[in-house]
Formats: sequence, structure tokens, C-alpha cells
Amino acid sequence: MKQMNWKELPHAGTILDAGNADGYETGSWRSFKPRWIEENCIQCLFCWIYCPDTSVTVKDEKMTGFDYKHCKGCGVCAVECPGKKGNKAIVMEEEGK
Amino acid sequence: MSTTTKEKPVTLKTLTNKQDLLSGGHRMCAGCGAPTVVRQVLLAIDEPVVISNATGCLEVSTCLFPYTAWRVPWMHSAFENAAATASGIETMYRALRKKGKIKKNMKFIAFGGDGGTYDIGFQALSGAMERGHQLLYICYDNGAYMNTGIQRSSATPFGANTTTCPAGSKIPGKLQKRKDLTRIMAAHNVAYAAQASPHNWRDLMTKVKKALASDGPAYMGIVAPCNRGWRTQTDDSILLSRLAVETCYWPLYEVENGTWTINYDPKDKKKPITEWIKPQGRFKHLFAPGNEWMLEKFQQIVDEDWESLKKLQGTFGR
Ligand SMILES: Cc1ncc(C[n+]2csc(CCOP(=O)(O)OP(=O)(O)O)c2C)c(N)n1
Ligand code: SF4
Ligand code: SF4
Repeated sequence: MKQMNWKELPHAGTILDAGNADGYETGSWRSFKPRWIEENCIQCLFCWIYCPDTSVTVKDEKMTGFDYKHCKGCGVCAVECPGKKGNKAIVMEEEGK
Repeated sequence: MSTTTKEKPVTLKTLTNKQDLLSGGHRMCAGCGAPTVVRQVLLAIDEPVVISNATGCLEVSTCLFPYTAWRVPWMHSAFENAAATASGIETMYRALRKKGKIKKNMKFIAFGGDGGTYDIGFQALSGAMERGHQLLYICYDNGAYMNTGIQRSSATPFGANTTTCPAGSKIPGKLQKRKDLTRIMAAHNVAYAAQASPHNWRDLMTKVKKALASDGPAYMGIVAPCNRGWRTQTDDSILLSRLAVETCYWPLYEVENGTWTINYDPKDKKKPITEWIKPQGRFKHLFAPGNEWMLEKFQQIVDEDWESLKKLQGTFGR
């Protein structure tokens, strides 16, 4: 993301653009990447409620995948995913493989 | 689980329609429990809310000037005074409301880590509770001063290895048991005091709603695993918060206007404390030969606290 110069910085330690950290990409921290296997997904949404990085995407009350711009690859979603008949709907895979 | 709210129970499906009020892009460590706690707290609230945040991991890592992950009004506080900051904001709100300058019903929350709450911020917290401000203080409890490199706090569990009570040839980690702050808050006769855990999101959110609806000050202690300080994996924060509850290290309970309720009683399924501490590197030395007494003592501490909590429920329960 583009760094602000001193003329652009807000005054007196205020930040008026609430949630602007959204522009910062923490996805580059990842060494493992979650992969969604849709056919094993029971839409329990546990991944969504437990993700520390607001990185499980939802639409129309359903899990739709991951926000890889922010996901740090912690693996919490994969651990908590119950999957279908013991088959996980989220698996962690090494980056760059 | 016994809860008394008459509202329809929240479901994850309907919650997904709400905007997440903590954005991605914050710099808490991968797999940290604290941002999950914050997301759940914010998702539980329907009214406009103002936050004050004590210095600590959550504060420094969610707001690196000029960027913030918070989509609600949020104020930085020093390490020791988040409760005083929230008291001031709440008092200003009441004054402006009296003058008719604010019409909305607003809520106020202070967040602090356990160092900022149990130790250095304790005086400000105790004062805010005694003065009776209409605010909720939430301690996300990771059991040490994590942001400055894992120093012991009065919330650090017995036996844990920290940089200021290092397990070695002189001492085997922390020799004292943790301070029970939730009970100390209940002893302030606050309107609401409770313990929660992010693995049980429904219980946690119900408690936030109750705390904010109660007439008077409220306190919540929420366990928040820290993989850096606990020496664990990045993927087990929810698993470990669940085990903290299932071993009764971190019982889920609430005190509403003096009435004590245990929200989860594992009965004969209570797990041994070793199940919670075994995966944590900070307790590794407890399993070394010669330290068997520490495992026994830890179990004894947990059992005694749990039994005394049940007695409190028996005496002051419904
Ligand atoms: C008066 C004062 N002393 C020391 C510090 C340095 N300091 C910043 S964060 C921190 C530790 C915070 O620990 P805790 O409240 O447990 O939160 P955590 O970082 O574990 O989330 C310390 C000691 C400070 N900011 N102010
Ligand atoms: S790996 Fe971690 S950060 Fe990424 S989506 Fe899963 S829980 Fe969220
Ligand atoms: S040091 Fe611990 S508490 Fe702090 S951000 Fe990292 S995991 Fe979270």
C-alpha cells in the first residue's frame, strides 16, 4: 500500500478513515495456505467466526472462500472445520508448492 | 448451558449479515486468540459503541498510525488507564445527552490485556467499577505481558515459564497461583461479571449483550491464547481455549447482581489439567522427572478453585 507523506497524514494523532488497515496486506506473512474443498463443506461457518484475521469470506449467509490478501495462514480454520464424514473442507498447503 | 435472555438465540448464519467491525490487515501474530475475541464481542453489539484500549498487543497491533483496523470510534490509552479513559468518555456522553446534544443510546467498552488489567490498570479498573460507570471492561487474558516479551503477570498460571520467572535450576517457573480477578470484580458488587471463552462464541456473545444491557458497570474476563507466549502452534488457539474450559482451568460463569451461575459444568467429563498444559511449551518442564509435585499441585489448585466456585453457586445461585 502507498505510504502517506507528512502533508497527507491526519493531524493530532487522529485517524478518520476507520478500518483503513484493510489496505495493508498481511497475506505475505503466510507460509501455509488454506484451501477450501467445497464438497466437504457443511456451511457451519465455524471457520468464519474463529478466524482472527477476518479472512473467511461470506456471501448470502454462506462461506465462499478466503481473503488471501489478509489471511496469515494460521490454520485455525482448518483445525476447527468439522467437514463432512470426517473429511475436512479446509486443508493447509505449503505456499509456493 | 443456562442463560436467561429472552432474545432469540443468535445464529452464525444471521451474524454473517453484520459488518465485521475489526478489519483484516491488523498485525496481531498469525493465530492469536485476541482478535477472534474482539470480532466476537463487536458482532454481539447492535448499538453504536466506543472503545478505549490499554497499551498491549491488541492496542499496538490493531492501530499503527495512520492505519487502524477498527471500524468503530476507538481511543488509545496508556498501559494503566483504559478504564479511566472509558469512564471519561462515558461521563461526557451522559453530559451531552443531558444537554440534548446526543440522542442515540450508546455503549462503552474498555479492552485491556491481563498485565494492563490485573496489574498496572487495576486501580483505574477498580475505581471505574466503584463509581458505577455504565461501561463494560473486557480483559483478554493471555496470561502474561506478551507484547514486551512474555513477562509474568498476576494472571500467569502456576508453573508457567516466562522471561521473568524462567524455569531453570533456581526456580521451576512461576511459583504462585494466578489471581482470580473475575471474583474480585464480583466483590465490587458490579451489575455483571463473567468469564467467557471464544470457543463458545454463543455464550461469549450472550454475555456481552447481557453485560451491556445491565444497569451499571460490567466486567468480563475472556481467555485469549497466545501462541508466542504459550509456546504452542499457530492453529490451536480455539482448541486450547476449549480445553481451558473443559479442564475447569477457565470455568464459564457469570455473576448477575450477586447471583452466581456456572454456565458449563463438565460433571464427570472434567478433563485432567495435563490435557490443557501438555501442548504448551511454557509448561514443558512440569513433565520433567522431579517436577511431578508441580503437576499434582496444579491439579489441586484447579480442583480447589472449581469446588469453591460450585459452592458459591450453591450459596448465591438461583
Ligand atoms: C507505564 C508503562 N510501562 C510499560 C509499558 C511497556 N508495555 C507496553 S505493552 C506492555 C505489556 C502489555 O501486557 P498485557 O497487558 O498483558 O497485554 P498483552 O501484550 O499480553 O496483550 C508493556 C509492559 C508501557 N507502555 N507503559
Ligand atoms: S488460515 Fe487463519 S487467517 Fe487464514 S482464513 Fe484460516 S483462520 Fe483465517
Ligand atoms: S504476542 Fe501473543 S498476544 Fe501478542 S499478538 Fe502475538 S500471539 Fe497475540
